[in-house]
Amino acid sequence: MMNRYLILPIVIPLVTAVLCLLFFRRPKLQRWIGVSGAGGLLVVSLWLLGLVWDQGIQAVQIGNWPAPFGITLVADLFSAIMVVLAGVLGLAVAIYSLESVDAQRQAFGYYPLMHFLLMGVCGAFLTGDLFNLYVWFEVMLMSSFVLLALGGERGQMEGAIKYVTLNLLSSAIFLAALGLLYGLAGTLNMADLARKFASPASAPSNAIVTALSMLFLGAFGIKAAIFPLFFWLPASYHTPPVAVTALFSGLLTKVGVYSLIRVFTLIFVQEFAYTHTLLLMIAALTMVTGVLGAVAQNEMRRLLSFHIISQIGYPLMGLGIFTSLGLAAAVYFVFHVSIAKSTLFLISGLIARIRGVFDLKKLGGLYKKEGWLAVFFLIAALSLAGLPPSSGFFAKLSLVQAGLQQGQFLIVAISLFVSLLTLFSMIKIWNEAFWKETLTVEKKEEVTISLAQDWSWILPIGFLTAVTVLLGFGIGPIFQVVSLAGQQLMNPQLYIQAVLGGGG
Amino acid sequence: MEVVLPFVIGSLYAMAIYMLLRRSLVKLLIGLGLLSHASNLLIFTAGGLTRFKAPVIPMTADQLQLPHADPLPQALILTAIVISFGVTAFALALAYRAYRSVDTDDLDQMKSTDA
Repeated sequence: MMNRYLILPIVIPLVTAVLCLLFFRRPKLQRWIGVSGAGGLLVVSLWLLGLVWDQGIQAVQIGNWPAPFGITLVADLFSAIMVVLAGVLGLAVAIYSLESVDAQRQAFGYYPLMHFLLMGVCGAFLTGDLFNLYVWFEVMLMSSFVLLALGGERGQMEGAIKYVTLNLLSSAIFLAALGLLYGLAGTLNMADLARKFASPASAPSNAIVTALSMLFLGAFGIKAAIFPLFFWLPASYHTPPVAVTALFSGLLTKVGVYSLIRVFTLIFVQEFAYTHTLLLMIAALTMVTGVLGAVAQNEMRRLLSFHIISQIGYPLMGLGIFTSLGLAAAVYFVFHVSIAKSTLFLISGLIARIRGVFDLKKLGGLYKKEGWLAVFFLIAALSLAGLPPSSGFFAKLSLVQAGLQQGQFLIVAISLFVSLLTLFSMIKIWNEAFWKETLTVEKKEEVTISLAQDWSWILPIGFLTAVTVLLGFGIGPIFQVVSLAGQQLMNPQLYIQAVLGGGG
Repeated sequence: MEVVLPFVIGSLYAMAIYMLLRRSLVKLLIGLGLLSHASNLLIFTAGGLTRFKAPVIPMTADQLQLPHADPLPQALILTAIVISFGVTAFALALAYRAYRSVDTDDLDQMKSTDA
């Protein structure tokens, strides 16, 4: 009965957050509780990944109510990988926040909120019930609303209004879709839905199911920031402290992508000629608009925000191709891009600490001054663009392979073209911030960084860079894991059996 | 009822979207409130409006007697109401802070963070 510990990735952030709240008036203590809680989450998530790898899909029925009546937690390899991602980013951001988030914010509950956010994210990854997914979404959203607005700067308020409004709109669409789905199928358990929709006897007509799937596409699409529903993201993500942005960029949109992949591999697969072609078209448009938006930006955080959108297109492309290789590539891509993108955000925060600005026009000469930072940036940036032997190269290579196997030449061409533009905008940051001459005006105010004093800034960047390098050089064994994840996604029968039992 | 409620839901959605598209911050909030009401009613209607017995097993019987009303949509709505209550409270506070720091409730004036 090891699998009852499946609930740990939800309980650990909860306990951490509650402990932090108990010591609300002692921010110094909260920091260490926060960091150790995030470390605990990482350890548990790795254990979970090992367990799922060893013994296949794990399911636990909360309160011992048999599925589909009770709430089920399920961990297949995809879920487990995403929980590991939450653990890695949680730990990196918790350490980075020690110094980079100001004392004011820490005194008003920064750490508890961060852990509630992690709890919501892990819950969303592990739940096997659609209504429960909605609840975890709300847990996550509530924390993200407060994290975004915490501090009360003017930009934050304006960003938060847009973020809150569009996310509430998405929640309302999700809720409406849930109501209609329940009316149609009489269940919201994902495995039960998959079973009902798969057998001809109990499946409702394809037209209704496809119409419903479009509601889910809209609801999750807003959260994942796909074309044309992404406008809230570049308007809000650059306003909070960099640590918050890094956490959001790594996890929030990825929850949307996770949900899309989950429902469009498990439940809505009847008319995949229609739905998955639509997904491919959205993927292409998301990639192109995101990267074009990024090219036009001169502020580092805004530029990177647009790249988040652009990179969402790639996992969608894997989903749209709809083969086990495509899905494996999508899973690998989501993991790799979250790590690389968060590293870049953390680096932009450190640059802003050295020079006091995020504006590329006012930066320069950082290669001469902090050569090691340039190396970290280069690894993350080239990985994002997809140059060998980085993790991004293998992610894109396998996506391209999957696309070519299915004869989807157009999307393959577009994805390669977008990679080129990604490389272009990464080189832009490199040229402007690291390579060009220092402007004399800005030089006076710069801060010197030392490892002894600023370890809490440098350590997370080093840690995430190490993960990126590991993802690239350890591609052999890692790709075995994601391939199996892709196969599990393509065989919903395995998921259904794990939740409802073999006979069901 | 099943004939009337879709019209109610439809007009609630229409009103909500109209309010969301207004420029005033307060009307935006009203729109969000209406939107969640419309969704809740939609769950209620889609779950099936039935006038059957309550889904409680009587003392004299061993199992539930058919036909009975489905309690699950109500439970879903209850959860959704609680969540939307919390979210609306937050949105109100946020709108007030935004009004104080931007000094207007006109959404068209809140463009400084747009790309």
